[in-house]
Amino acid sequence: MTTKLETLPTPEKKSAGAGKPTNRRKPKIRESRGTLAFSRAQRTKALMKHGILILAGGLMIYPLLWMVVSSLRPNELIFREPGLWLNSLEMSNYTSGWSALTHPFGHYMINSAIVVIGSILGNLISCSMAAYAFARLQFTAKKLLFGIMLLTIMLPFHVVIVPQYILFSQIGWVNTFWPLIVPKLLATEAFFVFLMVQFIRGIPRELDEAARIDGAGHPRIFLRVILPLMVPALATTTIFTFIWTWNDFFGALIYLTDPDMFTVPVALRAFVDSQSATSWGSLFAMSIVSLLPVFLVFLFGQRFLIKGIATTGIK
Amino acid sequence: MSAISELSSITRRKGKATAEEKKANGRDNKAAYIFLLPWLVGLIAITVGPMLMSLYLSFTDYNLLQPPEWTGLDNFTRMLSDARLHNSLGVTFTYVFVGVPLQLAVALLIALVLDKGLRGLPFYRSVFYLPSLLGGSVAVAILWKQIFGTTGLVNQVLAMFGIQGPGWISDPSTALGSIILLHVWTFGAPMIIFLAGLRQIPTMYYEAAKVDGATTLQQFWRITMPMLSPIIFFNLVLQIIGSFQSFTQAFIVSGGNGGPSDSTMFFTLYLYQKGFGQFDMGYASAMAWVLLVIIGVFTAINFIASKYWVFYDD
Repeated sequence: MTTKLETLPTPEKKSAGAGKPTNRRKPKIRESRGTLAFSRAQRTKALMKHGILILAGGLMIYPLLWMVVSSLRPNELIFREPGLWLNSLEMSNYTSGWSALTHPFGHYMINSAIVVIGSILGNLISCSMAAYAFARLQFTAKKLLFGIMLLTIMLPFHVVIVPQYILFSQIGWVNTFWPLIVPKLLATEAFFVFLMVQFIRGIPRELDEAARIDGAGHPRIFLRVILPLMVPALATTTIFTFIWTWNDFFGALIYLTDPDMFTVPVALRAFVDSQSATSWGSLFAMSIVSLLPVFLVFLFGQRFLIKGIATTGIK
Repeated sequence: MSAISELSSITRRKGKATAEEKKANGRDNKAAYIFLLPWLVGLIAITVGPMLMSLYLSFTDYNLLQPPEWTGLDNFTRMLSDARLHNSLGVTFTYVFVGVPLQLAVALLIALVLDKGLRGLPFYRSVFYLPSLLGGSVAVAILWKQIFGTTGLVNQVLAMFGIQGPGWISDPSTALGSIILLHVWTFGAPMIIFLAGLRQIPTMYYEAAKVDGATTLQQFWRITMPMLSPIIFFNLVLQIIGSFQSFTQAFIVSGGNGGPSDSTMFFTLYLYQKGFGQFDMGYASAMAWVLLVIIGVFTAINFIASKYWVFYDD
């Protein structure tokens, strides 16, 4: 939930920036002018800034690096080696961590992957459909429904969790992946609906009109005109859904109690609870394995994450 | 900007629908509701229905096994004398009102340093953004548990300077602080929003100020802060709403019990224990509604206060 809200601002960027996209490069111009005027003072200033940033960035990333290095060390060193120097590569943490729980760790990763793929498909289909209606169609109670949709973005999950749990347990869905996937198929992650509405609003209406004149109905306009043009928004949705679902702990904690069905976060939690003080190494190793997919998505999806979020994005 | 201002502008916005489009109104209705169908079903079955249901349950005694029994305001009067609940509110408020301002201050500071077209900006931005993607995970919570443990990384570093650090997460006076620090660590997302906001400020304002002989500090307070205030407000609203619901980190770091001595017993953690530990579903529902009202009240306060400090350019 927290992560969700932290990353929520995506559309903000887009809408805020949409008006003045030309300002984007201005800071660079500012700098180059400065360098002409007082280059030496400016250079010392830049150096100081780099110093501060490297220090701050190093401090931020150090714990993560240390976790990676520690996972490759013999266990006892974790308690007395704060440095990053590796004398030898110790892979035993990974092999012992992989098989420390009832199932090999890969089992939980497959479970997570199933939930993630289902959630991504669900969000892509249901949110883009709703977004098309909100962005392009005129219908009764549109403003009211749109307002309700925006409000649900900010609704705390806890308010609905108890009845939701009762509902899903009555259908017999506890310890299945359905309670984690079905809500996505029903566009309950309204944040993405809003993101896509904002994006579709930026697509010229002339394109729809042209298709309509050619005799295309709404399904056709949606599938052939709008969807292909909103690929960047779909990519952003895919990436965020991946990361949030992969990290989702609360939902899995409530609905998945059978170790067969554990996703990665609840498996890790079971690992923490069962570990003795001496197995930090294998715990670290599996933590890193669990972060690896998110890190890879970050690495390759950065363009959509940062640029898509931050600047006017998406365009 | 954003969902928030969109919401307030809904009533103001004039429909751009042309006469022709209005004529087509009837025809669009069918298509629109077909496109909206999944969302509408979700809204009713997964969101609004359960909300009303939990409102009803909050006035009952319900343990999942027997049918709910109407007890009126009993759950709410019980809350008034529930010391652990009061403590959990205190913990949550501390977390929100210390963690959020700290996190936003760091985010703004780094964004300001990064803003001026610095070389290597994409690299720095990635480094600072990464933790906010990972911060919500169980894995990072595990890392935090080690780092701030008695023999953890922090104390190992302190030991190099001959300082014997406390067991940060096993000491009730520092445990919450460690979790707040984890929240501050994830400042990357609001930082990126600040960066985008800073780029929207027209350079001519600074140029004009420079011509008039304004100092850097004056420029910051007279140009940057007012121009950035809508973004600060946006971040503030989002982070406060999000932080009130924080759960995973406290759950993992404390081993699920909110310890030591309830010092990390977040409201959400207590709610979970009541609902899914003791199956006191009526009480948990009542707590959920209290949480909703608290978040609503603070969001409203935020909006009211914003009239006095948020500056809109247009």
